[in-house]
Amino acid sequence: MKKLGILIVMLIGMTAFSQNKNARATMEVDGVCNMCKERIEKTCIKTKGVKSAVWNVDTHELVLFYDENKTDLNTIENNIASVGHDTKNVIATDEAYNSVHNCCRYREESVVEDHKEN
Amino acid sequence: MKKLALLLVLLPVFSFSQEKINGMIMQVNEENKHIPVIGANVYWLDTTVGTSTNFDGKFTIPYETDYKKLVVSYVGYKTDTLTIKNTDHIHHLLEPTSSLDEVVLSSRKQATAKSYLLSQNVMTVSSDELLKAACCNLSESFETNPSIDVNFADAVSGTRQIKMLGLTSPYILITTENIPSIRGASQAYGLSFIPGTWVESIQITKGAGSVVNGYESIAGQINTELVKPKTDKSLFVNLYGASSERLELNVHLNTKISDKWDTGLYVHGNTHNKKHDVNDDGFMDMPIYNQINIMNRWQYTNPEKGFVSFINVKYLNDAKQAGQLDFDPNTDKLTTNAWGSEIDTQRFEAAVKLGYVNPEIPYQSLGVQSAFSWHEQESYFGLNVYNIVHNSLYANAIYNSIISDSRHKIKTGISYTYDHYKELVNKTEYKRTEASVGGFFEYNYDNLDKLNLTAGVRVDNHNLLGVFVTPRLHARYTPWEKSAIRASIGRGKRSANVFTENQSMFATSRQINILNSGGNIYGLDPEIAWNYGVSFLQGFNLFGRKADVTLDFYRTDFQNQVVVDYEDPQAVSFYNLEGESYANSFQLELNYNVFAHFDLRMAYKYYDVKTQYQSGKLEKALTPQHRVFANVSYETEMQDTGGNWKFDVTYNWLSEQRFTSTVTNPVDYRVPEYSPTVGTLNMQVTKVFSPKFEVYLGGENMTNVRQENAILAPNDPFGSYFDTTFVYGPVFGSMYYAGLRFKIE
Repeated sequence: MKKLGILIVMLIGMTAFSQNKNARATMEVDGVCNMCKERIEKTCIKTKGVKSAVWNVDTHELVLFYDENKTDLNTIENNIASVGHDTKNVIATDEAYNSVHNCCRYREESVVEDHKEN
Repeated sequence: MKKLALLLVLLPVFSFSQEKINGMIMQVNEENKHIPVIGANVYWLDTTVGTSTNFDGKFTIPYETDYKKLVVSYVGYKTDTLTIKNTDHIHHLLEPTSSLDEVVLSSRKQATAKSYLLSQNVMTVSSDELLKAACCNLSESFETNPSIDVNFADAVSGTRQIKMLGLTSPYILITTENIPSIRGASQAYGLSFIPGTWVESIQITKGAGSVVNGYESIAGQINTELVKPKTDKSLFVNLYGASSERLELNVHLNTKISDKWDTGLYVHGNTHNKKHDVNDDGFMDMPIYNQINIMNRWQYTNPEKGFVSFINVKYLNDAKQAGQLDFDPNTDKLTTNAWGSEIDTQRFEAAVKLGYVNPEIPYQSLGVQSAFSWHEQESYFGLNVYNIVHNSLYANAIYNSIISDSRHKIKTGISYTYDHYKELVNKTEYKRTEASVGGFFEYNYDNLDKLNLTAGVRVDNHNLLGVFVTPRLHARYTPWEKSAIRASIGRGKRSANVFTENQSMFATSRQINILNSGGNIYGLDPEIAWNYGVSFLQGFNLFGRKADVTLDFYRTDFQNQVVVDYEDPQAVSFYNLEGESYANSFQLELNYNVFAHFDLRMAYKYYDVKTQYQSGKLEKALTPQHRVFANVSYETEMQDTGGNWKFDVTYNWLSEQRFTSTVTNPVDYRVPEYSPTVGTLNMQVTKVFSPKFEVYLGGENMTNVRQENAILAPNDPFGSYFDTTFVYGPVFGSMYYAGLRFKIE
């Protein structure tokens, strides 16, 4: 009975933690140029557990593949915000935002317009 | 009992009785039709619970009362967030974002783009570059590229030979869509068997290259991507005519068969039937020839399942006749009435490529390629007969994935190659079968900052070359913005097909000697070489316009080489290398966008290629020490009709080239130790009327530079001194051409 009990708990444990090793997620991240793309993608990849990160300059869509056992979207969003990029749930602090290159100041209309003309 | 309670508490984790929501996502359109959005992302905000819409735009997603906001997004559409309160069916319309302002790009893509990011030294030649010169076939597609040297192999067969880093084409791995194609029997004329209009782009890699495509590459790799049925024009016609009365016709027909299948039929024909003898030596300056080349491609694309496939079949029939003006094949073949040559080639190829990219995990993919070719050449050069039949089978399976994250990419796989050769050289028959099985592993590290490196290794088991290892290492370091410092080192091994790679020797009266030392390939040993090099690329702005400068240095060191010795004017000898054989190549190249639509490319190359021959360590013959190249390209503003003018001018200068020794010949049949220097000028003007139609007019060798006495002893072709291989420059003078291109999307 004891053995059966342990077996059941283990089974539940395994299924309860059957999280996706190649989970896919998409989220919106604000940015405006290829430098932003590099910064966003690099920060994501450096986050332990993130396998692949591709950010689209035009649609602002970030496609992520990550191991659910090792990280979660919240951690990733916080990391992105910490290098200066706003995400849906976590806004970058002014300090972090100001640390980005001048051409990457995506919060300013003039910078966004500049990139459109280029 | 306690344990049972625990079980019941943990049961909800299984969520067996899951609630679901069904829905459909459509797109806004003018006619208010029901157009589904396929593959749209539908997910609950702040969760990892999501799905995508299927072929009908439908989706099913689990629901829990905690889930409030449902996000629907797709590239090209405005992302919407819906507030969900119950499990009612969802029907939502997405609005495209493409109705917004157009984005006008003012920075043009370079026609030949150098890679700043790859660890290998790769440059990509796009179709824009190929259109700068009338590139009738692949051998003529390198006219505006200083990294590749093009020259004529001899004065009679009209064959263009290419060289890279000072080494001839057998040392370059030439692939068509990553399948090794120009090798073995097709080595000599293979480049003229790929029509220029079939070429979508060319990737030129300097240095050993990747292990994925095989072990044969030594100096570099040239990969040709062909046009694809899905993306090529639905109708393309190109007509070309030259003052030499060379005519070419290309027709491409591409059509969509179904949702997933596209097919294309490509037909090429060329003919040149006028005999020219500008230098009055009794020999035709260029051969007369006819060629028909047909390709049929099938392309299968299934993005939902992640499958892509290509099926190709190709057939070629090429007939050339060269030699004296009054040579008549019907009466003079293999006689001493007159000297003539005929080269008849038939070739059939079939290839299948299948690629699978895991739609859930796009960085995992599997590719399988297989190709079969049958090549038959029947030819004679004066009294020398040379026939070859080459059957080849190639198969390669490549698996791509990552280790922990996309900074660490791996490629691994296995390959199989089978070649069967049957040759007749005058009266001697040679038969050879080569079969090899190998496995490879390549690791790429990109630290997303300054370093990118690729380390690969191959192990192959070859029936004649034995079991051997081919390591290759490439690294790219970016010290500051817009720069790339590269280094590479790699080993290559190949079997030398002495006859087919040196067919020009048949158009001489030389005795062919093979110094058999008991090796497996014609009695000789395999060729093995190490190639290492460094290169530095820097992009910069000069007076506000884009420019880049490249410095390359490569050295190839042969551990063994099949030395082709022409130093005795009465013989050609093949023997294993004893001593040193190396090729040092240095290149400096500058690309500059002088003002809008005006591009300048200049390059200087220095070669130091030496081999230990039996008669001493000598500079490689017909390899100039210095080469200077300049190309100017100008395009006018495009009109509303889509029309404009394009101008291209290319200048090439080669320093003196060493001739092989003729000291033992009688005075009348000697050539100087060095050739003169030679400079040629090419120009082309293109008038684009609209995206559908353009005409072009051009001139090759406009300063009419011509090598006098390209043929040694033309008056006595069956005597002992006849030789057509002392060619250092153009044999015929200037040539003018015109053509038109007609396309329908």
